[in-house]
Amino acid sequence: MNLKLIVNIAQSLLRARWRQTLVAAVGVTFGITMFIALLSFMSGLNDLLDGLVVNRTPHIRLYNDIRPRQYQPVTLWPAYQNSYPVISSLKSGNIRQEIYNSGPIIRALQQNKQVMGVAPTITAQVFFNDGTVDINGVINGINVAAETRLFHFDDYIVAGKASNLNTVPNSIILGKALAEKLVANVGDIVQITTSTGAIFQLKVVGFFQSGLQDFDKAQSYASINTTQKILGKSSLYITDIRVKLYDINQAPALAKSFARIYGVDAEDIQTANSQFETGSFVRSLISYAVGITLLIVAGFGIYNILNMMIYEKMDTIAILKATGFAGRDVKAVFLVIAIAIGLFGGITGLISGFGLSVVINHIPFHTAALPTVKTYPINYNPLFYFIGISFSLITTYLAGWLPARKASKIDPVIIIRGK
Amino acid sequence: MENTILAAVNIVKYFYDPVKVKVLNGVNFSIHRGDFVSIVGKSGCGKSSLLYVLSTMDTDYEGDVLIDGISMQQKKEPYLAKIRNEKIGFVFQFHYLLNEFTVLKNVMLPGLKLHKYSEKEVEARAYDKLKTLGIADLALKNAARLSGGEKQRVAIARALINDPDIIMGDEPTGNLDKKNSELVFDIFKQLSHELNQTMLIVTHDPDFAAKTNRIIRMEDGKIVNEEKNLVG
Repeated sequence: MNLKLIVNIAQSLLRARWRQTLVAAVGVTFGITMFIALLSFMSGLNDLLDGLVVNRTPHIRLYNDIRPRQYQPVTLWPAYQNSYPVISSLKSGNIRQEIYNSGPIIRALQQNKQVMGVAPTITAQVFFNDGTVDINGVINGINVAAETRLFHFDDYIVAGKASNLNTVPNSIILGKALAEKLVANVGDIVQITTSTGAIFQLKVVGFFQSGLQDFDKAQSYASINTTQKILGKSSLYITDIRVKLYDINQAPALAKSFARIYGVDAEDIQTANSQFETGSFVRSLISYAVGITLLIVAGFGIYNILNMMIYEKMDTIAILKATGFAGRDVKAVFLVIAIAIGLFGGITGLISGFGLSVVINHIPFHTAALPTVKTYPINYNPLFYFIGISFSLITTYLAGWLPARKASKIDPVIIIRGK
Repeated sequence: MENTILAAVNIVKYFYDPVKVKVLNGVNFSIHRGDFVSIVGKSGCGKSSLLYVLSTMDTDYEGDVLIDGISMQQKKEPYLAKIRNEKIGFVFQFHYLLNEFTVLKNVMLPGLKLHKYSEKEVEARAYDKLKTLGIADLALKNAARLSGGEKQRVAIARALINDPDIIMGDEPTGNLDKKNSELVFDIFKQLSHELNQTMLIVTHDPDFAAKTNRIIRMEDGKIVNEEKNLVG
């Protein structure tokens, strides 16, 4: 088949009917534009909402949970080996919250190829003393560099600088809501009482705002050293190891194996936050469904216009066949027309979809919950553009296929005799 | 005149709509290279139906058509399309140019489809054919802007582009006035004389038929009479 000739004929037919062709192409353009804009916007929002929790949540958290001992003395007693002991009023034992051998565990995790990074933390329960009022709070001892790299700690600092935790001795970053309760500004000194009764004075070097109000009311951050000092523990004292993986889907399996290998409790992100994934999935599903519906409607437009064109061009088809063009050549001509509409409409759709996304991306969007977000979020994922153009080509091809087949089956004798 | 280019072997054809009618009832004849043949007969005698069977466009018939000795019965559609492209040139009653293209492109299309020559060569050949028919100056005009006589001459040029074994015409002068009819006939005659082009023309114009070499007269789906006209 002579493709150049086929394309040439298709081109001439298109030019003769360029107004209808344009309308069909605009249908596709509109569909693709909305598809791109909708998916980019939805996906941007999804990422934002997931980021609220997922970005700051470790994929795997290693810790020692407080709970009753699994092996009670009675189960070890030889005389009761084949019995079922019933113990009433079982209490949690005096398990140390410290992770044993935290240094070697961290080094081993850092060398694991599936692990993106490791951030050791300490949690300390304290009271913030504000005059006569004691406010319950938590100080998280963190490694600022690791937290920033792995969990975007920097993004949530609304005043001061995260790195000040390392440079200013006995410093603390307060949750914004907590700071408001304490009426503390950056540079002020706040006083805390630990659970053992020790009193410390810490300098406020910044505020952070996570977007979750309850979280901000109780949480605060200090460096690991400062926290160890507050708790009166050695520099080896670590209560949590927060692990970020390259592939989040590996978390449940790896959590199990880490728990077994290192003899600690391990919680994966899927177990901790399962509802977020469900929400994202449903939102994506809805946007895809709407986008694809738009494209299918555009496909019907193309189908109609090609059908009309074939009725108008019966004579042309008959004469092409009489002079030696086979049915498949005629079919190819109309498929080329359909795909040309799809390609043209699709590409302009991608461009205007990108344009619309940029516009949405510049609409101001302020919310107290999200300090770092100033405009509506957009996810410029190239995958959406790829899906958009593929789908526009597939839809137009399918929409063109039936009319093209009809054209290929036209009997030239009937047309020529019918005159 | 030994070389048979087209042969009809006992062709029978029915029309089914609205009732079953036998339009062709055992037609036998053959055409040699260089023949200038006309088929005449009353309206409805089946002469056009015969032409479409012979043209390979109509495949719903009994009997056989031999083009250049090859049977056309049971052949696939793409093969028949190729035969039409290569060996047959058509001239219809109503011009049937493609209005989307220029005159030149209309003439070139079957040549481009055949793909025997490069596009440049096909273009040169198309100009050549248009010149032979005295309409080279129309080459770049849009086909829709031509007069009836001009369109028919362009259609003849298109029929000639692939140097076909045979030209088939279905009332080629039926829609033209006296002057243009004569002009078109003169072209056919010129082709017959100078290029020894084989031609089969269906017509109900007795004047036209009288000037061809051989007249086949049909009635009720059958050939009733054949006369040689050596004066032609």
